[in-house]
Amino acid sequence: MAGDGTVAGPRFWQSHHFQNRAAQVLFLAPAVIYMVAFFGYPIVKNFVMAFQEYSTSTFYTGEAPWVGFANYSAVVSSPVFGKAMLNTVLFTAGSIAAQFVIGLALAMFFRRRFPLNGVLRSLMLLPWLIPLIVSGAVWRWILDKDNGALNRFLAAIGVATDHPGWLTSTSLALVAVILVNIWIGIPFNLTILYGGLQDIPEDLYEAAALDGASSWHRFRYVTWPLLRPVVSVVLVLGVVYTIKVLDVILALTGGGPANASQTIATQSYHLSFQQFDFGQGAALGNILIAISLVFAIFYLRANRRAVDE
Amino acid sequence: MIRSPRSRRAQAALASMLTLPLALTACGGGSNGGGSNSGGDSSTLRVLDYYNNEPSKTVWQKAIDACGKQAGVTIQREAVPGATLIQKVLQQASSRTLPDVLMLDNPDLQQIAQSGALTPLNDLGLKADGYVEGVVNASTYKGKLYGLQPITNTIGLFYNKDLLAKAGVTPPTTWAELKTAAKKLTSGGTYGLAFSAPANYEGTWQFLPFMWSNGGDEKNIATPQTAQAVQLWVDLMNDGSVSKSALNWTQADVNDQFRAGKAAMAINGPWQFPALDEDKSVKYEVAQIPAPVAGKPVVAPLGGETWAVPQTGNKDKQAKAAKVIACLNSDDNQLSLAKDTQTIPTKTALLAKFSSSNPNMAGFVDQIPTARARTGELGADWPKAATKIYTAFQSALTGQATPAKALETAQNG
Repeated sequence: MAGDGTVAGPRFWQSHHFQNRAAQVLFLAPAVIYMVAFFGYPIVKNFVMAFQEYSTSTFYTGEAPWVGFANYSAVVSSPVFGKAMLNTVLFTAGSIAAQFVIGLALAMFFRRRFPLNGVLRSLMLLPWLIPLIVSGAVWRWILDKDNGALNRFLAAIGVATDHPGWLTSTSLALVAVILVNIWIGIPFNLTILYGGLQDIPEDLYEAAALDGASSWHRFRYVTWPLLRPVVSVVLVLGVVYTIKVLDVILALTGGGPANASQTIATQSYHLSFQQFDFGQGAALGNILIAISLVFAIFYLRANRRAVDE
Repeated sequence: MIRSPRSRRAQAALASMLTLPLALTACGGGSNGGGSNSGGDSSTLRVLDYYNNEPSKTVWQKAIDACGKQAGVTIQREAVPGATLIQKVLQQASSRTLPDVLMLDNPDLQQIAQSGALTPLNDLGLKADGYVEGVVNASTYKGKLYGLQPITNTIGLFYNKDLLAKAGVTPPTTWAELKTAAKKLTSGGTYGLAFSAPANYEGTWQFLPFMWSNGGDEKNIATPQTAQAVQLWVDLMNDGSVSKSALNWTQADVNDQFRAGKAAMAINGPWQFPALDEDKSVKYEVAQIPAPVAGKPVVAPLGGETWAVPQTGNKDKQAKAAKVIACLNSDDNQLSLAKDTQTIPTKTALLAKFSSSNPNMAGFVDQIPTARARTGELGADWPKAATKIYTAFQSALTGQATPAKALETAQNG
């Protein structure tokens, strides 16, 4: 009815404002749905699961009795927890420190121009390209006590003739898995840091050289400050990736011998998928998520400060 | 049975990371019962198992097809990798899409039966009369039979005939003989004995014959009997008769050592025969696992897979599934399946006949009547006990604690 004057202007859904909103929502929707389905749901589910007695039966009956903090107290008071936590810290810190230093050194090295630079740089990516199942099996063979390539080499050059048990001695197993993890992590650090170095303008180095800066000074006052944002990305991502490493350890030692290379991640896997105690496995997994979260917050704060400056 | 090489475990890790969210997501829609199996015609049975490697894959396909024909159904079989079976079953349990006939590794049966996903076989007219007691125990949950197991296996003592002859050693029958023989056979790059003692259930499985034969029990491992068994392994390693690498060896690794002549004796199972027989130069035989003292019976662990009928809600299909399982368990099928897949029939009456026609299996077969199932006592709580057992012997073998102390810590942990 045109006479009552209620629809004088364009209808609401024809208004510019509404169409803008709708477009925004539509653009956002895929990302939001994806985040909720593939990040939100599993995390919430895992969080809830840690408060339940979640066993194989639950999958069929759907019944998961509420147990409060019993799962958390069980995993934290377990004798393996302290050892696994320490191992996780050592594994993460050791891996990250060495990956980063070696990755940075290689990135600086590849910044120079020399023949075959590109070929060598792409070869450095190999550890990244080989499936972990394969490289794990090869490393197991290399590190074998009696007939491993490493021990044969060490014996041949007379360094360690007593064939150290890289994967079977409680004092060496963690070192061995850290070494293999460093090898796996170098390409990531190299690639990202090399990319960061490419962004530093060449004329800054020329100016520094004209001012008589030594190579150390050039690194300290030109490279490092300009690389800082990239470094923080590499380190935070490195921590988050390393803290949850499972496949490397499972393939090499399975957490043994005598829990010498057990980490929070492998223990959580064991509880869920070997002992079928999904509630306790989830509780341990949540502790891991909480630790990762702390690093993520550090990262966000550091980034914000950088923007503020 | 425990035969997965290490890489399979890592694959399982990846697979489970991928499938868990799926399994969990499926939980939401799982409450309406019935499901996709309840309707439709009952002339096709879905079968799920993990015999996905040759020759087992083909041998089982033939047997299942023949039994399907006999029951008047066509078979739609899926054979998944061993390490992914349980994840698959849990997923199917929550989405109510379990197959009509389900194979499970025998220590997993009670775990699944506990959830209520399986049909008691007694209700379908199946009985386990004449079966080896240990085999029946593994397939029984709360007094009801949930699975029928046509074949089993166990571990024994493999020995290299040439190496023993050269050292003038006869196959050991007691622990004391085992220690002296292993020491005598150790020289240069060859160890006297190889076993698998990693930090997983495979290690526990290898340790069980020593623990059980000496009177040890999984209900409480902090006993002198179990401590003596751990002490035996510690002594063998400290003597240098067993490589320290055993702490990280799978049974497949043990077999590689034995095949390469780097171990004169090995604890292993009959599934290694095909790999060993590829190399004609290794002349070997299999004896029983040595007993603590002469005359004491050896109590070995029972391996093998059991067949169950899941709760699909379709009575007609369940009846036919029971027929297929009964057929797989017929005397003839037990004998032929055992022969073709290097395993052992599970009916007591068939053992002697099987042993005489397959002499290389005799060492294993002799142990079957006294053998025990891992889940016979503790049922669904077995995984926790198995973890304690390997934690204890690993701790003792690496010198972290004495056997008694290591067992006590693990038991209380």
